[in-house]
Amino acid sequence: MKTFALLTCLAAGAVLLLAESDFPDWGDPSSPASTHLSPHYITQTYAETHVPNLVTAVLADYRGYDTMFETAVIFCAGLAILLVLRRGGASNTSAHARPPREHSADLIIATGCRLLIPFMQVFALYVVAHGHYSPGGGFQGGVILGASLILLAMAFDIKTVLSKVRLKTVSALGGIGVLIYAGIGLIPLLLGGNFLDYSYLSAILPATDPIMARSHAMLGIEIGVAFTVTAVMLSIYLDLASKGNIDEGL
Amino acid sequence: MIWAFELTLLVFLVVCALAALQVKDLIGSSIILGAFSFMLCLLWLGMGAVDVAFTEAAVGAGVSTVFFIATILHINRRSQD
Amino acid sequence: MVEVVEKFSFGIYLVLLLIGLWAMIGKRNLVKKVIGMTIFQAAIILFFVSIGAKDEATIPILRNYYGPDATPINPADYANPLVHVLMLTAIVVGVSTLGVALSLIQKVHGKYGTVEENEILEKST
Repeated sequence: MKTFALLTCLAAGAVLLLAESDFPDWGDPSSPASTHLSPHYITQTYAETHVPNLVTAVLADYRGYDTMFETAVIFCAGLAILLVLRRGGASNTSAHARPPREHSADLIIATGCRLLIPFMQVFALYVVAHGHYSPGGGFQGGVILGASLILLAMAFDIKTVLSKVRLKTVSALGGIGVLIYAGIGLIPLLLGGNFLDYSYLSAILPATDPIMARSHAMLGIEIGVAFTVTAVMLSIYLDLASKGNIDEGL
Repeated sequence: MIWAFELTLLVFLVVCALAALQVKDLIGSSIILGAFSFMLCLLWLGMGAVDVAFTEAAVGAGVSTVFFIATILHINRRSQD
Repeated sequence: MVEVVEKFSFGIYLVLLLIGLWAMIGKRNLVKKVIGMTIFQAAIILFFVSIGAKDEATIPILRNYYGPDATPINPADYANPLVHVLMLTAIVVGVSTLGVALSLIQKVHGKYGTVEENEILEKST
């Protein structure tokens, strides 16, 4: 099997290598990818949305439809893992059954977590909120927030994390994030504009013109995305670490 | 883009990929995959893609490695090839 | 041939892609196949992001863009942001796919007791 794989890969590699000679030079500012559409985005984004981070502006406003379905895909992945693993019953007993441990955590680990986790969470909220002016945004902040909760689950055990964030809350937050995104997109439809066209939101937001309405709606959307990503990362970890029955962790 | 820096990182990347596939202990394999993810993050910083590097750093070290280890601790830790 | 040597970065991305592809086909352990899938995705994203890189360009966050001393924005000074957006989506969807693949591996191990492909094929026929 390995020789067959090697021959297949070498054949594919030869074909791709032939195609490679037609590529533009590495880092060329006049390559076709950088001359047709992207100059419009680079020059006009601040005038239309007042957001200097070009990646966040394109992600949340110009390509907002894409991002909404990406958030839905993350939610569906969390749902799929839940459906595959959480069945309950005798089929979930592990072949390497370990004796139950005592739940007194090590002093070093407990102190380290107590010092780290608040700073991680504040930093995650800063990354979400400051995504318009610095690298960051909803996804990055959501992943860091989920990682802080996973740290709590790994250092102590799953019961500790579930006593602080109930399982129903985690499951509900995943759906609420997608609902926030779709809801903010639906309101312009009710006000007479297109779906996900945020400039119409200036009619209901007090004292904003259509340009700043786009900036504020982008912040609302990033918050929805952060909710979904946090909930799904924690939910995937809970399902993988306990093989479905959410009792004893790693 | 300093080409010597990029060449070193690319060579490390290929070495990490080959090592992650050859090592027989699966947990060692997933740790080497974490190092692979870090090299990717540095390469993207060299190309000016800061958002992509931020996401890869958070996802590769914080979440992907943890998912691998959480799975491997429930199956046989030693692979046969 | 000379063009291929000048664009050695693309050649190394190609090598990484083939390593991932070889691992997905040739390895017997299911976890190694998933690691191969991760390497393959990383190579694709690396290739895409390198298309958006420009010589002497800075990160795609605007500077000196408003106020009395605002300079006009020159597109050749900033890296191409459209490519970064597509790859952000790709990375996060990749980690979700990784989670689903690992949960399926746990289910397979629960049913057959092993994650080696040849042993699973023997036990299932």
